[in-house]
Amino acid sequence: MQISARHTDNTTIFDVSGDIDLANSPEVRKALLREVREKRTPRVVMNLSKVRYIDSSGVASLVEGLKASRDLNLRFILFGLSPSAREVLQLSRLLKIFEVYDNEDQALSS
Amino acid sequence: MRQRDTKSVSLATDDGLLLKLELHSDPQLLCVVRGALERLTEVFGFSPPDRRSVTRAVDEALTNIMRHCYNGQTDQPIEVYCRRVRPRASERADGLEILLCDQGPAVDPAKLRGRRLDEIKPGGLGLHFIRQSMDTVEYQRAGSTNQFRLVKYLQPSTQSRTS
Repeated sequence: MQISARHTDNTTIFDVSGDIDLANSPEVRKALLREVREKRTPRVVMNLSKVRYIDSSGVASLVEGLKASRDLNLRFILFGLSPSAREVLQLSRLLKIFEVYDNEDQALSS
Repeated sequence: MRQRDTKSVSLATDDGLLLKLELHSDPQLLCVVRGALERLTEVFGFSPPDRRSVTRAVDEALTNIMRHCYNGQTDQPIEVYCRRVRPRASERADGLEILLCDQGPAVDPAKLRGRRLDEIKPGGLGLHFIRQSMDTVEYQRAGSTNQFRLVKYLQPSTQSRTS
């Protein structure tokens, strides 16, 4: 799994690639919470278009990012969900809780 | 999760055995097992959504073993047996049974119930994913071994290519 960040006005986009599982979800969680809690970036966007698989620990990291953002009245957005990622969010009844878009243009223009 | 009444599961016979994996409880190996299950479920004849379901269930079960049975130790043994099973009910197609075995402490069945999903909070989703993904989910303690048994049946119209 690789994660990198792009910064634009008031927005940080995390580009994630590979699988998010128990081996690396702590890294995702750490990056997200630093961006939200420490930097208080108004809009954090997760590009998941190159993520093929997310396990429950990865979903938990996304939920932590969402909750931290809500606590600080910031926005937390996902885009580019694979079928597998969409399925786990549906199974956990979280798909409607997250702000989800098909692609980056839609996410940034929202 | 249902707890089995029987005292043991026969691992001595190779009847129906398709694949056996032995691995250490290292999270870095999860992707290796997923890769094997993705191909096995494809060869077995599952649809793409069912392939993802089985792979997800096994991945989550292994994650639980690594986290809760072995408390994050990365050098403990795990065995995974994949077998073809014939259904008891004649109207059902064959199934893929996956038996995961570890040597950790006995699991309290009360902790295998998972949590409700009406609260938005991280954690506790793995068991829910397993139950949603598989037709049968069972746990039993056999001697010093925890045995988690998962079964997914083929849809009748997609009966296995490996019969």
